[in-house]
Amino acid sequence: MNNALPFEDLGEGRARVAVSFAGQELRLPEGANLAAALLTAGITTFRHTPASGAPRGPFCMMGACFDCLVEVDGVTRQACMMEVRDGLVLDMPQAGER
Amino acid sequence: MARVDLAIIGAGPAGMAAAQFAAGKGLSVCILDEQPRAGGQIYRDVDRVAPLRGDLLGKDYIEGRALTAGLGAPGITHLAGAVVWAIEEGPRLAYTQDGKGAVIDARHVLLATGALERPMPLPGWTLPGVMTAGAGQILLKQSGVMARRAVLVGSGPLLYLIAAQMVRAGTPPLAMVETQTRGDFIGALKHLGGALRGWRYLLKGLGLLNEIRRAGVVRHTGAHGIAITGEGRAEAVKFTAKGRAHRIGCDTVFLHHGVVPNTQAARSVGVAHCWNAQQQCFVPELDGWGATSVAYLHIAGDGAGIGGAKVAALAGRLAALDIAARLEAIDATVRDSEGAPLRRATLSELAARPFLDTAYPPLAEALAPADKTIICRCEEVTAGDIRGYARLGCIGPNQAKAFGRAGMGPCQGRYCGLSVTQILAEENSQSHDATGHYRIRPPLKPVTLGELAAMDDAPEAAE
Repeated sequence: MNNALPFEDLGEGRARVAVSFAGQELRLPEGANLAAALLTAGITTFRHTPASGAPRGPFCMMGACFDCLVEVDGVTRQACMMEVRDGLVLDMPQAGER
Repeated sequence: MARVDLAIIGAGPAGMAAAQFAAGKGLSVCILDEQPRAGGQIYRDVDRVAPLRGDLLGKDYIEGRALTAGLGAPGITHLAGAVVWAIEEGPRLAYTQDGKGAVIDARHVLLATGALERPMPLPGWTLPGVMTAGAGQILLKQSGVMARRAVLVGSGPLLYLIAAQMVRAGTPPLAMVETQTRGDFIGALKHLGGALRGWRYLLKGLGLLNEIRRAGVVRHTGAHGIAITGEGRAEAVKFTAKGRAHRIGCDTVFLHHGVVPNTQAARSVGVAHCWNAQQQCFVPELDGWGATSVAYLHIAGDGAGIGGAKVAALAGRLAALDIAARLEAIDATVRDSEGAPLRRATLSELAARPFLDTAYPPLAEALAPADKTIICRCEEVTAGDIRGYARLGCIGPNQAKAFGRAGMGPCQGRYCGLSVTQILAEENSQSHDATGHYRIRPPLKPVTLGELAAMDDAPEAAE
């Protein structure tokens, strides 16, 4: 456990599976909320805004704000509305793309 | 093609209570919800989570299991992970589930889409690490994830609840930066009678404050001049309280100054809304049963005006009774006699609300933010931009879209709509009602071509 990270997982005993985010290899709890799992892994910036390139991360965690967007198989999706699956390949949405 | 008597959007307290009541009156019900498991935000994932950390989340959360259990009744189909993106004439709902588009026809629709956090635009509120207090609660409830170094900013009962839960989890907040003033409290005393009738809420609040105090959490009240600072992420909260400037280093900031009805779906079908001055937000115009200006549509729960989970469940039952009467499953005398005790219970649950609303008002500097503060998070439009549009003759939010894309990003104005209305109303010296709100059009949530292409006949539903 890394006490320097902003978020702590109280632990639900889920199996860890391989997920990559922007080229970084992570081991995340299978079936967990994706945005929560990425935050716990120390990822704070999920994307950059198309308007100014400012960094953004999860804000509402309930599918309303669209700040936690990630790219999955070329489709932009809300990380807070997804669950961790083995082998997920995630990217930051392309800067400048709407 | 699936067809039901009643389609309900949202499996929170209002939707779940309505589903059970309507099915009990013989209606076939389909309840569609975006989340993988029922509960809404207040009872998020309660069936799975209550045994894991119910002690930490508290009795009020665990009680949600009574409502989720009700969804197992015959006649109810629960479509989990179903994102409704259009409500059409018919009525017919178009939604996406498991990457596939589908539609369902209904004789009547109940919206139970709940609340959103009131937007709290402050300098730095778009930095990673700044989240709503509701988001903090969702992380804790659904995922068992705690912020190690968090500061809570704002006011209201939810802020105390999350602080107490963090204390119980062994990760108390670094500080509470509370925005309510002594003057707010004194102003609220005129509602003390109601507050005493709603004593359970007060007692719960005092209990939470006690837990927070015992844990030694520092509380600053009357905070103003609040800004979140950091390079690329939240690193500190700066503010002034009792004439002194403060800076608290942190990794996470949870913002909260109340919740407001989520009116997106209702607006998309043209339900009439009006400004509620006490709650500082728009609410749909409803009769006492939750019926709207649209013949096939009722609304229940926080989406109809903020009352909390218990009031939401009661409103769901009231709406279900009226819908059952309209669909001729019961007659009006049954509706009225069964509705009467529900109405009395609602009044009792709402008794403490005027006291709480007055004691914990929205933060003035977030209702009328400084010019440089971002209002529209998606398109990065500032309060100063909006004021500039007003000077050029912009009188309403829909026009503001043409001036500078405010409200045209993916959130479709959910987190800037109220701010834009408030700023334009003030700049133009117009009422909120005259200023109006964004027109909302489908799709309510983004839908991909792939999901449309995969559209087939709707799934099996209760017949």
